[in-house]
Order: sequence, then structure tokens, then C-alpha cells
Amino acid sequence: MKRLALITSLIASLIVSASWAADVPMQFNDPAQAARYEALLAELRCLVCQNQSLADSNADLAQDLRQEVYRMVQSGENDEKIIGFLVARYGDFVLYRPRVKPVTYLLWFGPAVLLLIGAFVVVRFIRRRGAQADTSFTEQEQQRITALLETSETKDGRP
Amino acid sequence: MLRYLIPLGVFITLVILLAVGLGLDPKLVPSPLIDKPIPNFALPEVKAPDKTLSSSDLRGKVSLFNVWASWCVSCREEHPLLVALSRSNSVTIYGLNYKDRREDAIRWLDSLGDPYLASAHDLKGKVGIDFGVYGVPETFVIDRNGIIRYKHIGPIDQKALEQKIMPLVRELEQPKT
Repeated sequence: MKRLALITSLIASLIVSASWAADVPMQFNDPAQAARYEALLAELRCLVCQNQSLADSNADLAQDLRQEVYRMVQSGENDEKIIGFLVARYGDFVLYRPRVKPVTYLLWFGPAVLLLIGAFVVVRFIRRRGAQADTSFTEQEQQRITALLETSETKDGRP
Repeated sequence: MLRYLIPLGVFITLVILLAVGLGLDPKLVPSPLIDKPIPNFALPEVKAPDKTLSSSDLRGKVSLFNVWASWCVSCREEHPLLVALSRSNSVTIYGLNYKDRREDAIRWLDSLGDPYLASAHDLKGKVGIDFGVYGVPETFVIDRNGIIRYKHIGPIDQKALEQKIMPLVRELEQPKT
């Protein structure tokens, strides 16, 4: 009996929290603003569920931050300012696309550098192989080649 | 010789990088607010709604600023430590009661003890956003000029208190030479 009560209360709490999570969709009069709002949310990371964007996340904090972004878009702030607001509080971590600056050089250019190193290694490897491979024939082999070529020429009359 | 040493070197580097990576906690996001002044705020106090706790109250002496809520389970975990800390009078603790109902907050303080000189009641969580709060509890170490010097994310434990927070508080309390 006690267990049943526990289970019902658990289910009830799940339903309640689910209904809390479903927040009101933001209303915009200007479709351009709505598009900006959507684009911004997709670019910003939720700090609570770190692999979700602000648009996807149902975390409490994500809702509050959506509200903030909404308010700023409504009052006509530009994207730069809105992103700056969040970065000032939560750091570069909120950006899905990290900014290009000295600490992120390795991140941005590392793959290209690795590719170049790889290309260099491959080229060197191939060159070295080419140089090592013995392509010359012994005198005996050379004679055989000539003989074979001559006989094939005489047989079908083609070079 | 070199053809064996190079792969070995690459392998060892990789192992070291992966080992370091495993040791890091991705949940801990460094705060951009470190070494910056505390954001300005003015909120009613939890226990005395007619009184205001503001950012200027946090200047003048070294203090801890602890973000808490009655709904937060890990806050319950760290609470006894904060109570003991305030009993020992070793540092002033202010609270930011984050997205909590006043009556719940007061009930929590009455039943578990109130280590805070005062707690600001941040019902909407706006001040929390200004402080970059993303996981309650969080604790900021604030120096006498109102500069945030350290942020501890998650519940404080004995180790964090003894090895990081209190040594820093002591250091900040040293008169400047």
C-alpha cells in the first residue's frame, strides 16, 4: 500500500514537472525578429544539459535564458550584444561556434596542421620507397626483354 | 631505432592527453567573472523582506557568497559545513536564495540553521543569471573590494573548504603591504 502511494506520487510529480517544462512559445509581431530569436537560440549552448542548445533544452535555466534572449530581441538589441550578454556571464562555453582567438587557434587550425603533417609524411614515405625500389635489370634480364620484344614484333607485325 | 621511437612517443603523448582529459570534469565551466567585480544587485532579504541586500553590502570585507535553494538537494549536503563555518566566525557568509519561495526558504533556515549574515531573495533568478549561476549550489569568494576571486561549483566539501576556499580567504584577508 505504501509502495503504491509512493509510485502514484512519483508519477504525479513527473506529470507536474513535465507540465512545468512545457513553456509558452514566445510571440513576435515581426517575423524577422522571430527568425533572429530562433537562430540565436540554436547557436547558444545550455549549461545544464551541455549537449543541448538553448532552443532544445527544457532545463529551468534554459527557459530563463530564453526569456532573456526574447526580451533583448524584442527591445531591438543586435545579435552581438545578446551573445555578449551571455558570454560575459557564462563564458565562451555558451557558444557552439567558438570564437577565433589565440586560445582557440589550436582548435581551429589544429586539424589543418595535422593534415599537412600527414601529407608531408605520406609524400616522404612515397619518395623514399621510390628511391629504394630497384628498377634496374640485370644484363641477363635485359637480353631476355629485348629477345621477347623482338619475337612479338615479328610474330604479329605490330610494334 | 627512430622508427620505433616515433610511434612510441606518439602513443605516450596520446595516453597522457587522454589521461588528463579523463580527469577533467566537463560539468565545471570556468566562470568569466573571476577577477571581475560582482554584478550590481539589490534584492529583498529572505528573512526581512523590507530590508535590502545589495552588492555594496558585499564590499569592505572578504566574504563567501553562497547560492542556495530549499529545493536543491546538494545544498542540504553542504549546509552543515556552512553552519559550522559561520559558528566558528571564520568568515562572513552571504546567501543568494535562488528561485525559491520565501516561506520554503525560511522554513529551511529555521530547521537546518542559518549560516548567512543575510540572504538575498532572488525569486526570478535574474541575479543568478548575472552571476553566471548554472548549477546550485555555487559559492563565490569575494574580496574586500568586491572582486570575485574564486567560484566553487557544486556542494562544498571539507576538502574544498580546507584546501582551496579557506586558504584563499586567509590570503585575501591579509592586509595589503
